[in-house]
Formats: sequence, structure tokens, C-alpha cells
Amino acid sequence: MSPTEYMAPTTPSRQWKHKDLLSIRTLEPWEIDLIHDTASAFKEINSRAIKKVPALRGKTVVNLFVEPSTRTRASFELAANRLSADVISLESSSSSFKKGETLKDTGLNLQALNADFMVMRHSCAGAAQFLAERLRTGIINAGDGAHEHPSQALLDTFTIRERLGRDLKGLKIAICGDIMFSRVARSNIWALLKLGADVTLVGPSTLVPPVFKKLGVNISHKLEDILPEAHVIMLLRIQHERQRQALFPSLGEYVSLFGLTAARFRKCRPDVVIMHPGPINRGVEIDSELADGVNSVILEQVTNGMAVRMAILYLLSGGQPLHVAPGAPLAPHITSPAS
Amino acid sequence: MMKLAPRDPSLVSTYDRKLGTRSWALTGGRVIDPANRRDEIGEVYVRDGKIVAEIPVNESVEVIDCSGLIVCPGLIDLHVHLREPGQGSKETVATGTRAAAAGGFSTIVAMPNTKPVADGPNTIAWLRQRIAETAIVNVYTTGCISQNMAGEALAPIGSLKQAGVVAITDDGKCIQNNELMRRALEYAQMFDLPLLDHCQDYALSEGGVMNEGYWSTVLGLQGWPAIAEEVIVGRNALLAELTGGTVHCQHLSSAGSVRLVREAMQRGVKISAEVMPHHLALTDESIAGYDTNFKMNPPLRTKRDIAALLEGVADGTIEILGSDHAPHATYEKEVEFSEAPFGILGLETELSLFVKTLIEPGVISWAKMIEKLTINPAKLLRLDKGTLSPGADADITLIDPAREWVVDKEKFQSKSRNTPFHGWELKGKAVATVVAGEFVFSC
Repeated sequence: MSPTEYMAPTTPSRQWKHKDLLSIRTLEPWEIDLIHDTASAFKEINSRAIKKVPALRGKTVVNLFVEPSTRTRASFELAANRLSADVISLESSSSSFKKGETLKDTGLNLQALNADFMVMRHSCAGAAQFLAERLRTGIINAGDGAHEHPSQALLDTFTIRERLGRDLKGLKIAICGDIMFSRVARSNIWALLKLGADVTLVGPSTLVPPVFKKLGVNISHKLEDILPEAHVIMLLRIQHERQRQALFPSLGEYVSLFGLTAARFRKCRPDVVIMHPGPINRGVEIDSELADGVNSVILEQVTNGMAVRMAILYLLSGGQPLHVAPGAPLAPHITSPAS
Repeated sequence: MMKLAPRDPSLVSTYDRKLGTRSWALTGGRVIDPANRRDEIGEVYVRDGKIVAEIPVNESVEVIDCSGLIVCPGLIDLHVHLREPGQGSKETVATGTRAAAAGGFSTIVAMPNTKPVADGPNTIAWLRQRIAETAIVNVYTTGCISQNMAGEALAPIGSLKQAGVVAITDDGKCIQNNELMRRALEYAQMFDLPLLDHCQDYALSEGGVMNEGYWSTVLGLQGWPAIAEEVIVGRNALLAELTGGTVHCQHLSSAGSVRLVREAMQRGVKISAEVMPHHLALTDESIAGYDTNFKMNPPLRTKRDIAALLEGVADGTIEILGSDHAPHATYEKEVEFSEAPFGILGLETELSLFVKTLIEPGVISWAKMIEKLTINPAKLLRLDKGTLSPGADADITLIDPAREWVVDKEKFQSKSRNTPFHGWELKGKAVATVVAGEFVFSC
């Protein structure tokens, strides 16, 4: 059964047209909307007792994680499983990488096994595009170096929409942390700008260099300044390994300047949305109680992540747009096989 | 068969097929010989592989009509990677010199970052034998500044000189230790050897794969900032001034470097600089598709840098043009951008790209450009080359300034294909290359 047979095509809506999902920068705003709308429908399915639909039955999804990952991999694996795809996951510890096989050869071999999609995490920026240009297989970028992490930005913007019940136009959104090396920051910058938000990057001047202004965002090196107005604060994981030691002196100093503490939280709007892509460092980027507080949507991000990834796989496989009428139950026409 | 070069101890190979007493005349062309301030429609005479002022009247002369062509001294590229010994899958002396001939270059200078590196007389001797056996243009050798090109201890520079090198360089690497650099400049003066430096501060460029700026930010690639080059250019100027040594800054890429070289030259420091076509023709925006054929070291920079480089070429700050011909096998380049080796092919597109970037926009004249491709590099390296003076070796390049062509990497003489210029429509091309009176290329 093809997806179109059991999911009724709806009112004319523009169709997803890319073989791959490599970056947010190259997407149109309506394409982000399309993924969000489709994710809404899948989120409803995820809340049912029986969570599986046959949309990708007979398709093969390979999770190619050349850089280790736990939550993104688990999220994509579950998403593909719930769409009834056959899923295999390869990790960086797999033998082919250790034996020095090139990325191109790894990709060609997986394609020769008739993989329909590869979900790819890699430490090198551009690695997903590299494979996408050389394979027929659809490539989903699950993070490439410091370049992009499109599904994270899609789930983050989906979560903001859902929590605030409105579009993002004019919302003031702060992204705080290690911007320079963050693919999450880059994908979110593009997504938020395309959806009309007003974005401010916050962090030490070494991790938030002036060049980012050219992307169309504001820059601040004082967290207090942006707190009273921010509708959303996205915190990024901060690390202090060797690569960062010339960039800021210590985690302690970082916390004193940029940690979202209870004292700083009191300066925020009461309805501020606090986000974090995880894994969080409790007591570093954010005070522990705030991470668990009512303003935090950190776990909703995780839940929404799977729906968004189901939507990505569904649309890339040629699935028709799923229409969700405002106010109506989400995607009533989607019937899971067991219901 | 090995042939030792008899005339010039530093000349590794002269293409000297048996010439007999054949004489010929190139007539009707625009003769541009910057060393002799000659730029006129006129004749060039060749006899027994040498340029001569005239041919005796009773001797038969073959006349070659060069109407519409530029007749100039054989072009010199002082910055070429021939990859031998050790990396013959990328390029060989045979293929690299054929690429040179096809690009109009009758003389090239081989960089020493081979495998093993050319840091001693044995490697130079091996390479000179290889050149004698397989080269079709003149090839001069260079030796390392430091042992193993490790930047820690001086290489045997005196022995390298005796083995025939024309310069010392750790090209591809840069000596970070300022004390060692100072002593190298002092020591090399005993042998009248210029020092060619690849200017790159490692701490400032660690992990860098492209210019630091808007595009590195968007693409998430580690930046290699212009300041990492400029800091070393500044250091070199200071050390050259202190020691009185000659330092030549290779492949300038940034506006700040041009300014530093200009200021040092004005103070009378023995400093010079070269620029490559890709740094004039392309910016870092080219990397937006992560194509590794746009990855080289130093990296492509910005329009502002190009403007400053052009100004430097125009006002004489940049005296020399080169290619940094850096062949890599396709499989080596076809990897993740940050994993790919630095470098692109140069020899077969170099002249036409300089025409496009320097002649067509009116930055400099043909005579000035040819000067920077002939007598200027010859002077820096003390080569008896780069002129059409009577008595000189008959190394001649014929250029058709109107010839239009499309770059097709599959037709390259080079063993490699790593060019970002495939498919470019260019105008102005070498149509013949003559080495010691013999045509080694014509089209």
C-alpha cells in the first residue's frame, strides 16, 4: 500500500520536491511550514495506543552516524520504525570507517544495498551534501560538523509554534552559547529568520564573533540585556575542551556571565519559553530547577523531534501533504492499520 | 640515459635534441622582451638552439610566420609541484613538464615537499637524473630550509647548493620558529640563495580549511584567517631587514600582505612576492558547494583582497606571477571538504587566467605581465633565463592573444584533474613553446 492510498490527498498544497534534506538555509519558508504541518499530523499518531503507520513499508532507512549520537539517532530510528521502514544503524565504530573506506565508497555500498534513505551524522561540514551529490539515495542531514542540523531547527521552531500557539513573526528569540561551533545555532538562525523572528545571538565575544551579523541577526555579549524582551531563550550546550581553551577561560566564568540562573530568570517575561537541544549540563547553561520548570520545553522538544523526523521521512518518500484545518482534530483522515 | 647539464651547474636539464646547424626566424610577430625593453613587431632569430642577432646571409633559414602572435621569452613558473619522488600517482616530471609546455612554460621550478622531502643532496641528485631522463622543459630544483621540513633544524643548505638547487623553501609548510628563520636567512646568504616562504602562522590558522569570513561562518568550515598570512609576511620583512637576506613571499592572498610587502620594499628590504591566478579569479564564495577543487593553501579570499592584489600587481609590489601547480589524484580530492588535500592544478590554465584577470581589465600591459613571468623570476633565482638577448638559450613562447578556448580537464597533459576552471571560456593562449630551439609544444 502506498502512502497515498491510505492517506487521503487533500486540498491542493505544494509538494515537497527535494531528494534530500541538507540544510535550512536552502529551504523556502513554505517548505518549513509544510514539514511543520505534516509533523502535526504525525504527532497525533504518536499519541495513540498503536503508533505505527505503513507509510514507509518496504523502504529501507540507513542511519549512518559517522560521529556518535544518542538522541538524534534514537529519534530517527523510532521515527523510521513507526513509519514501518526497515532500519539499520551504522556507527563510527563500524568496521568500514576503521578500515579507511572513503565516505563515497561507504555511500555507494549502502546504495547498492538499495537503501532508500540515509540519515547521516558526520563531523565534517558538507559531508551530507557530498553524499547527496553522488547518490540516488535520499540524504537527510542529521548534523554535519558546524554546518547545519536541520531536523533540530525544524523541531525547535515546531515546538515554539506549538507552545505559543502562534506563528513566529516578530518574536524575539535569543540563542545563547557556543554559537561559532554550533550547527544547531546555524540551522536555527536560518529557520527563525525565514519564519520572521527577530534573532539575537548571545555569548562570549570569542564564540559569537561579529561576522554573524552578516547573517541578519543581532549580537549581544550581555545576557541580562536581552532577558526582559525575549519570548524564547534557546540555550546551547557549552563545552570547555582543548579547542575552546583560547576562547573562554573556564566553565565557571561562563556560568557567571551567561548561565541562565534563577536570578537572571526573574528578569525574564513570565511566559518565556526555555529551550535546549540537549544533552544539558545542569548548573552550567541552566540552573537545574529551571530545566525542569514550567517554562522549559526541553522534553517537548524531544517528543516533537520524532514527529518532525517522521514528517521528513514521509515527505522525502513522496508522501502527499497532510492538511490540518485550524481548530479541527489533527489529521482525522490518517488511519493507522490497527485502528 | 642520464645527462649531466654541462653549461650551468644549477640547470638540471636542457632539452637538447640534436639540432645540427638549423637556423630559423620568427617573423611578423609582436616581440615582447621586457629584459631588453623591446616591444615591437619584429624578428627573432634562432641558430643552434640559441638566440642570435642575425643569421649569416649565405645560410638557409626556415621562416616561421608569427603574424598576430606575441613572441616572448619562454615563460617561467617558479612555483610548481612535480610530485616526484614519491607521489607519481599525482604527477611525474614527465607529465608535469608536458603540462608546463602546454601552458607556455619553458622553465619551471620544482618545490621540495616531495616524499621524501628534498632536504639533502641525494634527493636532489635523484630528481636531477629523473629530470634529465624525462623532462621536456627546463626544470630547476629547490631544497628545504629545514631538515625533514620539520621547522626545527637547518637542512644542509650548502650541500643543497652544491647539488644544484636555486632556492630554499619549506613550501607547503612555514617555519614557525623565528630564531630558525633568522639563521636560515643569514646562512643562505653565503650561497646567494633566496628563501621562498609559504607564509602561514599555524596557531592562527589551526584546523583552517577556507578563508575566515561570511562563507566559513555559513558553511561551518574552520576559518584560515588572512591575519595568519600577514603575521608571517610581517615577520619575514623584519627578519629580511635585520639579516640583509632575500625573502620571497609565496602565493600572497590577502590585502594586508600586499600592504606589508609594499611598505617593506619602500624601506629597501630585499623582499618580493608572487600571486597565483586563482587568488585573482576566485573568491571564498566559490566554496558554497563544498567543491574541494576550490580548496587550496592559502585559501581563496574576498573581492577586497583581490582588489588589493591587483593593485599590488599594478604598482610593482607583486613582481612575480606563478601557479602553485599542485596536482592531486581525483580519489584524494573526492572526500569531505575538511579532509581533502589543499591545492589545484595551475600550469595549463595559468597564462589564460592572467590574461583574463590582468590584461582584459587593463590592470597591466602585456609587456608588464610577461616581465613578471620571465625576467623577474629569473632575476630572483639568478637564472640565466627569461630574455631574448643574443646568446641566450632559445627558450621562446608564442602567444595568440585572440585564441579562444574552453578549459577541458580531460584534455590536460597533467596526470591529475583537480582544477576549478573546468568549462571556463578563456581568451589568449600559448600556441607554441620552444625550449633551446626545439618546439616542445604547439597547437
